[in-house]
Amino acid sequence: MPQHDNQIKIINQEQSLHPDTGTKSSPNYKMMVSSLDFWYGDNKVLHDISLNVSRNMVKALIGPSGCGKSTFLRTLNRMNETIPGTRMEGVIKLDDMDIYKDFGDPSQIRTRIGMVFQKSNPFPKSIFDNVAYGLRVNGIKDIGLVSEVVEDSLRQAALWDEVKDILDNSAYALSGGQQQRLCIARALAIRPEVILMDEPASALDPLSTSRIEDLIGELKKLYTIVIVTHNMQQAARVSDETAFFFQGVLIEDGPTKEIFTRPRQKKTEDYITGRFG
Amino acid sequence: MADEYLTIRQNRRDYLKPLVFKQKSSGHLPRGATFLAVIIIILMLAIILGNIIYGGAGIISWEFLSHPPERGMEAGGIFPAIFGTVFLVLLMVIAVVPVGVMTAIYLHEYTRPTSRVTKIIRVSINNLAGVPSIVFGLFGLGFFIGFIGGGMDAVFFPKEGPVWGQPAIIWAALTLALLTLPVVIVSTEEALRTIPRELIEASYALGGTKLQTIWRIIIPQALPGILTGSILAVSRGAGEVAPIMFTGAAYYLPYLPGKLNDQFMELGYHIYVMATQSPDVEATKPILFGTVLVLLVLTFLLNFVAVYIRSSMRRKRAAA
Repeated sequence: MPQHDNQIKIINQEQSLHPDTGTKSSPNYKMMVSSLDFWYGDNKVLHDISLNVSRNMVKALIGPSGCGKSTFLRTLNRMNETIPGTRMEGVIKLDDMDIYKDFGDPSQIRTRIGMVFQKSNPFPKSIFDNVAYGLRVNGIKDIGLVSEVVEDSLRQAALWDEVKDILDNSAYALSGGQQQRLCIARALAIRPEVILMDEPASALDPLSTSRIEDLIGELKKLYTIVIVTHNMQQAARVSDETAFFFQGVLIEDGPTKEIFTRPRQKKTEDYITGRFG
Repeated sequence: MADEYLTIRQNRRDYLKPLVFKQKSSGHLPRGATFLAVIIIILMLAIILGNIIYGGAGIISWEFLSHPPERGMEAGGIFPAIFGTVFLVLLMVIAVVPVGVMTAIYLHEYTRPTSRVTKIIRVSINNLAGVPSIVFGLFGLGFFIGFIGGGMDAVFFPKEGPVWGQPAIIWAALTLALLTLPVVIVSTEEALRTIPRELIEASYALGGTKLQTIWRIIIPQALPGILTGSILAVSRGAGEVAPIMFTGAAYYLPYLPGKLNDQFMELGYHIYVMATQSPDVEATKPILFGTVLVLLVLTFLLNFVAVYIRSSMRRKRAAA
């Protein structure tokens, strides 16, 4: 066991197994974004965004389609860099580290900031190999440790009891809701500190959606979560803080309760009361 | 006022008059013409195949497939040509697949589709596909044999006669590889396009590097397409004569090629030789037909395998 812990430390670059213990400076904020601008080619889609993500909280990003919330989310783990022709300016910090300057290869930051996508996207591999993928690409070969982490991750994603006897079956044999929880388990397996979720429940039925929402409530004890959602009720239910984006600009950012009951901006109020969007 | 009202009524009546359309034929002519075109094509193919099978099937035997030509090609078999063809396309595949696949991955993963570099590369690939094969042959002679082979001789074997600077199977294979490069690139790219972007992003999101993602996700997913492209390249390459006639194919060899700088016999070139250079064309005719049949069966088989792989890959995609 101690030896295993060491190996996990290696992939997390000296982070503890359950990362969010808040030992670093600026203890309240896990991620800090300042003056972020972003372009697709010549098209500027994010304008001077500054926003903080509190530790062990769920931050919801809301706004109408095309407002830039997903693009913003994808700058947080340098995912936009995989799209040729994009450009960004500004500073994004994870604890004290500048995620664009202090990490050589973007793959390093992505082991600390995990991501779950809108459409469940399991690999065409077995359930086990899906969860183990992140460990393997990060150099963990010890099969005992891999199995242990796979089981642990599936348990955290509330999927273990459903799949423990069919780990070698194809991930495509699972239902849509199960596939999405598998993708969450896969993201958890690399023990990230922050989990980014891009409308994780928008393609699911109400029952699966509520399971995912319950799961988010559980996961925030261990992780910091940023979630993009179209669903205002969902934002109200799962998040502690909410940021409202409109046309590439951050309009308002604050505790979810305040945003939904006493919004300071007219635009926010119009949006959450359903007057547009 | 009343007059005006009347005119408007009048105009409206004109407008509402029923229109009389021209009578149209029911379209027998286009149907007939297109059907005729189909019949002509099928007939042509049937005549060609029928002729070849009729003339060549009789001579096909184990002896024919496993023995070298005898008596100035009037008797014996075609084994050296089959061996040479297989050896040649094997070398060609080894050369063309890695380069073709890497080019496709570069275009798909590393460049913007609208960038100038991508456009230039694409135009080059399309033009490469349009170059007549005899030009490839001459290029191979000038570049591979003259420049590279000759250069190697000048550096490594200055005192001996030509070692690499002469027609050889390696130069013929490389020339064919150039010719079939567009086939491999295009079918690999087609396969890359069908890979869901989400899978690639999932790999990146789990901390996979670009290389790991290419190696563990992209190439396995594109494998059926890469395989299809390689087989199509082989079936294209196996049937080409022009690129190899200056670069390595031999009229007749008493031995099988064993080294990369040996010359070789090849089915297509053997057919050409028998049809044009044989001392007694009439006497070689059955062998000629038999050789054509073997070459045809070989390329048809390869095409069939390629089509089968592609369709089973599509089925699997649709199921998943």
